[in-house]
Amino acid sequence: MIEYFSSREFLLMLVKMIVIFGGVMTALAYTTYVERRLMAFVQMRPGPNRVGPMGLLQPLADGAKFLLKEQIVPANANVLLYYLAPIVSMIPALLSFSVIPFGPDLKIADTNVSLLFIFAITSLGVYGIVLGGWASNSKYPLMGAMRATAQMLSYELSLTLSVVGVLMIANTLSLNSIVLSQQGTWFGFIPRWNIFLQPFGFIIYVLSGIAETNRLPFDLAESEQELVAGWHTEYSGMKFAMFFLAEYANMVTVSALATIMFLGGWNGPMFGPWWLQMALPTVWFVLKISGFLFVYMLIRATIPRFRYDQLMKFGWKVLLPIALANIVLTSFFVAIS
Amino acid sequence: MIQILFMFFAALALGSAINVLVQKHVLYSSLSLIVLLTSVSALFVLLQAEFLAVINVIVYAGAIMVLFVFVIMLLNLPADEERADRLRWLKLVGIPMGLFLLLMIGRTVWRVAASPTAPEIGGTAQAIGASLFTDYILPFELTSLLILIALMGAVVFAKKDL
Repeated sequence: MIEYFSSREFLLMLVKMIVIFGGVMTALAYTTYVERRLMAFVQMRPGPNRVGPMGLLQPLADGAKFLLKEQIVPANANVLLYYLAPIVSMIPALLSFSVIPFGPDLKIADTNVSLLFIFAITSLGVYGIVLGGWASNSKYPLMGAMRATAQMLSYELSLTLSVVGVLMIANTLSLNSIVLSQQGTWFGFIPRWNIFLQPFGFIIYVLSGIAETNRLPFDLAESEQELVAGWHTEYSGMKFAMFFLAEYANMVTVSALATIMFLGGWNGPMFGPWWLQMALPTVWFVLKISGFLFVYMLIRATIPRFRYDQLMKFGWKVLLPIALANIVLTSFFVAIS
Repeated sequence: MIQILFMFFAALALGSAINVLVQKHVLYSSLSLIVLLTSVSALFVLLQAEFLAVINVIVYAGAIMVLFVFVIMLLNLPADEERADRLRWLKLVGIPMGLFLLLMIGRTVWRVAASPTAPEIGGTAQAIGASLFTDYILPFELTSLLILIALMGAVVFAKKDL
């Protein structure tokens, strides 16, 4: 027991965990800042620019404010579940980072079912939303939670089916092996990324990813004109912040998975001295994720919201059949090649 | 290390299993059932059957139980009150049935030799896929047919005028 906790691999693992956890948490805090600034620029207003240079210390100020806020619990709420819900949505959102390879060596765990593990863990995140909406004992949160559950269950199908094509090409479920299978180039200049082999899978994945994280144009669960703020209407202070962070963590997870499955993960041009070569894969990975997040934010700033029946029709009658057809086509090509 | 983890998750599984039965409110029962399923999955991981563990969480905890919780909350069921007397004779049937089930479980546990890990072939997705499509192809296809029929039945129920 004690030998294990003082062994070299355990300490190495601990350092990796701290690096990844600290990095992810800081990144999440700054994603909120970037989103607010970017939305402000799109909408021709300054955005948060008062705390620190260019408002860069805004996340810290927000964090302090969340901590110091009064803890409000609605009168007839189910107190146990009300407190449990933010935790239940936060833990799965962070747990999925444990299997994402940020670089050739910068990963906490690599199992042979990493991809399914992420899908399993994120599917547990629904409970946070459901419990939060129900425990608040208020009609808008309940409506929001019901919408969110139906939406996430429907889009989970096409999200999962859209990556089956990639799995058939890479012939593995381990995220690390999927990244390794996309090394090299075609004709010397086109990178061997799965996006060129699976364009339909990629489009379906991105669309259902947006719906799965409850973002505009699919944010029916918290559409503020109808439902105040959806399932977290009755939440304030740190509990609200946990829901908020969980949403951003899910966004980063979906972007990271898209990068790993379709854009070659941490693969990229390598140059420079050894210390640069060590850092470069992680830099490429983070840059690709940032690109995805940027697109997410631009979509949020520009496209209006779907109607609820349109959302359901789109998921079941458009995305799901295309995803299934994509699987049939891909298996045909995999079989003849 | 594995021993400690096993003890922890086994205790969690047993505790939540008992909680499922003891709780009066049906929502708490189903939440305990989710904890039970997740801790059983953790036990599968300790047996190096990762695929089974993950599928267990995806199918039961992530899909089926979500629907259960969803329906419970939609109907907003009240806490269980004392049942009417006409259910009392069920207790008399329940006790011998429960004892019989316990006996069958005990018999199975007695006959199967304990093994520390899953057998060589089990665990990975490749092994399970291979055995599903060779040795168990007929049960597999029959099950998918059954699911298809159930699906069509659900559509017929949901849409009165087809």
